[in-house]
Amino acid sequence: MNTQGNDTLVSVDGVEKIFHRGAEEIHVLSNLQLRVPSGEFLALMGPSGSGKSTLLNLIGGLDRPTRGTVSVAGERLDQLSDHRLAAWRARHVGFVFQLYNLMPMLTAERNVELPLLLTHLSKAERSQHVKAALAMVGLSHRERHYPRTLSGGEQQRVGIARGIVTDPTLLLCDEPTGDLDRKAGDEILNLLQGLNREHGKTIIMVTHDPHASARAARTVHLDKGQLSNEPVK
Amino acid sequence: MAGPINWLSQVGSITKFGLMSIPQRRGAATATIIGIAGVVAVLVGVLSIAAGFKQAMTVSGSPDAAIVLRSGADSEMVSGLGREATRVIADSPGVARTAQGPLASAELFVIINLPKRSTGTDANVPLRGVEAAALQVRDNVRIIQGRLFEWGKNEVIVGSGAAREFGGLDVGSTLKVGRYEWPIVGIFSANGGVSESEIWSDARVLQDAYNRGDSFQSVYVRLNSPGAFQAFKDSLTTNPQLSVKVVRQSEYYAEQSETITRLITTLGFLIAFLMAIGAVFGALNTMYSAVAARTREIATLRALGFGGGAVVVSLMIESLLLALAGGLLGGGLAYLAFNNFHTSTMNWQSFSQVTFAFRVTPELLVRGIAWSAMIGVIGGLFPAIRAARSPIAAALREL
Repeated sequence: MNTQGNDTLVSVDGVEKIFHRGAEEIHVLSNLQLRVPSGEFLALMGPSGSGKSTLLNLIGGLDRPTRGTVSVAGERLDQLSDHRLAAWRARHVGFVFQLYNLMPMLTAERNVELPLLLTHLSKAERSQHVKAALAMVGLSHRERHYPRTLSGGEQQRVGIARGIVTDPTLLLCDEPTGDLDRKAGDEILNLLQGLNREHGKTIIMVTHDPHASARAARTVHLDKGQLSNEPVK
Repeated sequence: MAGPINWLSQVGSITKFGLMSIPQRRGAATATIIGIAGVVAVLVGVLSIAAGFKQAMTVSGSPDAAIVLRSGADSEMVSGLGREATRVIADSPGVARTAQGPLASAELFVIINLPKRSTGTDANVPLRGVEAAALQVRDNVRIIQGRLFEWGKNEVIVGSGAAREFGGLDVGSTLKVGRYEWPIVGIFSANGGVSESEIWSDARVLQDAYNRGDSFQSVYVRLNSPGAFQAFKDSLTTNPQLSVKVVRQSEYYAEQSETITRLITTLGFLIAFLMAIGAVFGALNTMYSAVAARTREIATLRALGFGGGAVVVSLMIESLLLALAGGLLGGGLAYLAFNNFHTSTMNWQSFSQVTFAFRVTPELLVRGIAWSAMIGVIGGLFPAIRAARSPIAAALREL
């Protein structure tokens, strides 16, 4: 089930993740292996509580494995300090969230600009990048709009523009269509597919929707902390 | 260099987002600002009483002026000097002189009862008998209404503070004390000093009215210079004819003000401290709610790469700014409500009333604002740390 090769971007080796609830230990991931080559659009499926978001968080450097290693583009994430991990995320990862996670007090363009505030780009350069990202998601005409005045689909497109504005190594999407109707969800999936096919973006998408996972080049299934190529029965 | 600039830029951005979201939680923010404003207003207000009292006492004494009392006396009330002693004092080395003679005023100090205008209750008001040099041995004493009493006549002039605080002290009215009736012929000011609380007459007339013979209670002198004090003091304390205590006027009044100033300051700090504890909880509550309301926003920023340290500092700046707004509001309210508010209180050293005005000084305002900043920092610290330490992955899913 592993995709081995010289162009491997993400390597997850022997990863175990245990959460503690009081004295109880909850084993979410067990001795998990995964390779994601550069330029792949991978769908990560599984029932609720299967650990797919946990795995995505480990790959995105938002959490650390209890055991095992997570490497992205040769960088061992489990060995980075919190400070360096934050800087690594800013440089290498774009996140797309199910609930968009936009700043309600900022316009679309200011939301998209957020990750660029962590770079050394000038204001003019940032503006240029923001315009390009909004154009890529088809929202150039809505750049001055606040999130509350945008539809769910439009908000998610702003979220995607924010995720790609720094041209990250990896785009991680956690249920990107989970809060959208079918039509808006399709638009988002078209957009992600386009980013992968036309711009070569490596995308890992967590979803529980087979319709969404069908758009990915490869789908892996997570159940009881283990990956398989077969859907969970 | 890029690192710190980037970090500052993160702090600036998160702070800006926090401040922009305040309208969404304006209830809690307003409660905190008002709570802190209350602490600062009370602190500054109470301390302005002490500052006003202290200023009234200290403005009265200049460093080149001295007061001579009987040895062992803490105040004029318990002092006594004979005529001969006052002459020796006036002729001592270091005492400034004019063509009319030495700048020394042997004085008598008695207390009379007068009703307070505010409450109608009787209060002890000082009636001072002075000599001709009295206006020169003190700074800034000048007649602002009417005229000076005539020497040898039972006339009085009234300090502006006493005229304002106590009944029946208007120019043209008559005061009945001792064996005489005393027409009030003038009002004088003393730059807000303690003399403004007093009524003055000719010492010799007052001696006669109170059967004091030829005795006095103090001698006020003007020295050639502040540096002449030690020689003046030594010449008196080594003189076997005299048994006196010599102090600079400034030190005398500072000592007189010490008890009340300390009492008011201690009470002020105690009240403000207790209120500040409440205000800290108010600030904590506001910032915890701010953090709770923004959990997902903060987690999103951290996911995007904003650092935990920048989050802590930003939230503390936000808390500090809210607190400073409270501090400025409280300081402003205290200034409007208390500055130059006139009142009188008992000076326990002289057992007489001292009139004074509350003083909201720049120093007090700075102190009040510093307190508000302290409340803001304490109130912001723990919520900020919680925001920066909460797991990003879990916080991202908060609704």
